[in-house]
Amino acid sequence: MNKALFASLSFVVVLAAVAAPADSGGSFLLKNVTVHPVSGPKLDNASVLVVDGRIVEVGTKIAAPKTKVKVVEGKGLHVWPGMINSGSTVGMSEIGSIRESNDTGELGMFDPQLRPIVAMNPESEHIAVVRANGITMTALLPAVPGGRRSDGANAQLIGGQISLAHLAGWTWEEMEVRRAGGMHLSYPAISAVSFDPLTFSSSRRGNTYVKAKQQHDVQVQELTGFFDDARAYWTAKKAGVAVKADLKFEAMIPVLEGKVPLVAFAAHEREIKEAIEFAEKQNVKLVLAGIRKPGATLDAIARKKIPVILGRTQVETDEEDDPYDEPYTLPAKLNEAGVKFCFGTFDEQFARNLPYQASQGVPFGLPYDAALRSVTLSAAEIWGIDKDYGSIEAGKVADLVVTDGDLLEVKTNVKMLFIRGSEVDLETRHTRLYKKYMARP
Amino acid sequence: MKTARIFLTAAVACGALCGIARAQQAIVLQNATIHTVTNGTLKGSVVIQNGLITEVGAQVLTPAGAKVIDASGKHIIPGIIDCHTHIALDSVNEGSVSVSSMVAMRDVVNPESVAIYHDLAAGTTTVNALHGSANAIGGLNVVLKMRWGKDAEGLVMKEAKPGIKFALGENPKRQGQGGQSPFGGNLAPRYPGTRMGVEDVIREAFTEAKQYQAAWKDYEARRAKGESLLAPRKDLKLEPLVEVLEGKRLVHAHCYRADEILMLLRVADEFGFKIATLQHVLEGYKVANEIKAHGAGASTFSDWWGYKIEAYDAIPYNAAVLTRKGVLTSLNSDDVGNGDLSTRLNTEAGKTMKYGGLSEDEALALITINPAKQLGIDRYVGSIEAGKQADLVIYDKDPLSMYSKVERVFIDGVQYFDREADVAARARKDAEKKGLLEKEKATEKANEKPGDKPGGKGAAPRTGGRDE
Repeated sequence: MNKALFASLSFVVVLAAVAAPADSGGSFLLKNVTVHPVSGPKLDNASVLVVDGRIVEVGTKIAAPKTKVKVVEGKGLHVWPGMINSGSTVGMSEIGSIRESNDTGELGMFDPQLRPIVAMNPESEHIAVVRANGITMTALLPAVPGGRRSDGANAQLIGGQISLAHLAGWTWEEMEVRRAGGMHLSYPAISAVSFDPLTFSSSRRGNTYVKAKQQHDVQVQELTGFFDDARAYWTAKKAGVAVKADLKFEAMIPVLEGKVPLVAFAAHEREIKEAIEFAEKQNVKLVLAGIRKPGATLDAIARKKIPVILGRTQVETDEEDDPYDEPYTLPAKLNEAGVKFCFGTFDEQFARNLPYQASQGVPFGLPYDAALRSVTLSAAEIWGIDKDYGSIEAGKVADLVVTDGDLLEVKTNVKMLFIRGSEVDLETRHTRLYKKYMARP
Repeated sequence: MKTARIFLTAAVACGALCGIARAQQAIVLQNATIHTVTNGTLKGSVVIQNGLITEVGAQVLTPAGAKVIDASGKHIIPGIIDCHTHIALDSVNEGSVSVSSMVAMRDVVNPESVAIYHDLAAGTTTVNALHGSANAIGGLNVVLKMRWGKDAEGLVMKEAKPGIKFALGENPKRQGQGGQSPFGGNLAPRYPGTRMGVEDVIREAFTEAKQYQAAWKDYEARRAKGESLLAPRKDLKLEPLVEVLEGKRLVHAHCYRADEILMLLRVADEFGFKIATLQHVLEGYKVANEIKAHGAGASTFSDWWGYKIEAYDAIPYNAAVLTRKGVLTSLNSDDVGNGDLSTRLNTEAGKTMKYGGLSEDEALALITINPAKQLGIDRYVGSIEAGKQADLVIYDKDPLSMYSKVERVFIDGVQYFDREADVAARARKDAEKKGLLEKEKATEKANEKPGDKPGGKGAAPRTGGRDE
């Protein structure tokens, strides 16, 4: 939208949301709302001033803006930072069971050169569905835990880069926040568990520890070899040796430099321990993802200040003899240990349910503020984008959610959504079908 | 596996004993917010005697010798009913034939499945355990109460009306398309492979069932007249279908798309039977009028969508639209394994307040009285009313909120779950498990032969048995 034209308009908004995805740099004054900045205590009857897509001022007494901006009345409403889903396939996978509509899980064991953002379809119905629940940004995963490669084999070890994307834009380029926010690694696990069609659930039938251990050892060897090769390439390049350009190794350089974190998926104590040791040995920055049973490694995770991306807490127990609330108590355990954590859903279907993965931990010991922080500011910090995102503070990008209640509660309605200060349509495939068929005589 | 079993058995034994000991005494749950579902919400008490609710009100008479449980500040709801699950079953799909009405889930109930306890711990007290969706006409269902610790027959809710599973759409036709099994390997082609074929399988089966029914009627009529003749051959596949025709067995039909839903309703009309519940029924909102006119119930998910093409038009407003258009609606889990969605049906119901604006009572009804009606057990369970079985859940906070958790669960007036006791027992159970694991390790070490070590010389993968 033409910025000059926009700034010259002043009106109390009748909230006809723009039909188009967000364009950059909206300006407005959101008035009379309860502001939940996350970075500080909540403010009642406060206002948020946004100019050219950035938050300029937050407080109970805001001086009238110099330029005339539209005024959004928010009486009785709450404003929160837009939530960040720290791992999803939104826009990359449309229909789970249809291979052609899925763009995760490339062939090959080591694909650090892959960039998921280029496979984000701006027309995907999932994008609008997910943002309509208050999620403004997602980390895009090139491969999902337990996922399959496009040839049906087990997922690769390094699936590709992890991109960060806004959930509105005309093109993936407009949605891009970081092309390489992290490097995906599925750390080799010794797992003999597989899907058993006989019981229609996971079981250890048909596998043995010996087989699983052998596979693990081979994979760790290959992984180490790949890192060694990448390092040799980088070293040679730094030394001015003429090397044949290799996109895989090129993509590894920011990881080896410690500029891009290695995001290692590791669920259980054994592989978490190995992943930590591996990252230390390779001298790379580590983020752990999908951890489930850290066991004794929890101390090390806390001590070494390794951030964690948790998966869904709304799942069944990891093993049948776990306490029934095992998935729900994990965030509280991390919080008590002082670990910084955020959440990803690692899928597209339940990506909109991100806030409930956090609040599910609250009745089981997670303080509410920690739950709220995990899906906003902590996520931004873990991805290294907290200078611009994750809280409602002057200077940050105006990714904002306006609700009629608690952001993490299932009953709450999202009333308005702003991405980079521009109001985003809350219409989705679901609301369209809802309206159409409610109106059927 | 073995250690886990032993560990579980210990828990089972404790649960059973504690339960039985408490069943005798009258119980009063005092000073709670009681969500009766059928008669609004009140502050008061519930009296339980001999497994039944005997009084509900602001003021109640405490029976002599009753155990009084202070529930101040707590919320009580009727036990949650999951209208579609596959937990606690040793097998789910008899996929070799397109009509598998000769198999019954009651024969494969696994009372040791920990999913029973997980459901219980989340306030789910009754489940409709259904056959899978691999066949147009599937096996017979069994309704179970989550009486953790009882044997398979002890879990069966005998008052429930018998039912049968039907399935439409992608799942029953998958095998006819000769494709790959989602579990790996090729599937042998099996008719049907299209939605047309699914309709045909059902029409063929009921045509056969009608003839079979007529043959038996004829035989009985002639025998009543004193004729001496041979009885028709008993057909275990057709018997349940005759029961469907005679209204003695409920049809629970897995379906997604509006076209197939309508197809089934019309086939049922043609053969003169009723569909009790349309299960999943993701596009039910498109044909709510037709569903209502037929009189079928609908049991759906809160917000599942897009996982297959027939789920692409699924909307989280489905339950609300169906409710608003007068269809008896419930939410279900479709769980397998250790229990997943069935452990949070309360907040799944809470989502319908946001998606479609259902009231608190309407939302709660989706997981209590409505599924009770759909399963023909609403005389016994599904609401907090005097005379009903005392299946009750105590929450610490608003049961439809993310911030609440289940504290105690009663089935038939017996306390089967107590969070405090569960948490208190963990240290002991952990120690017990550790001891068992160490014992197993020691046994393994004692039996170890040289060269058996992983990665060692003799580490070739073992073969044989079910290992490959």
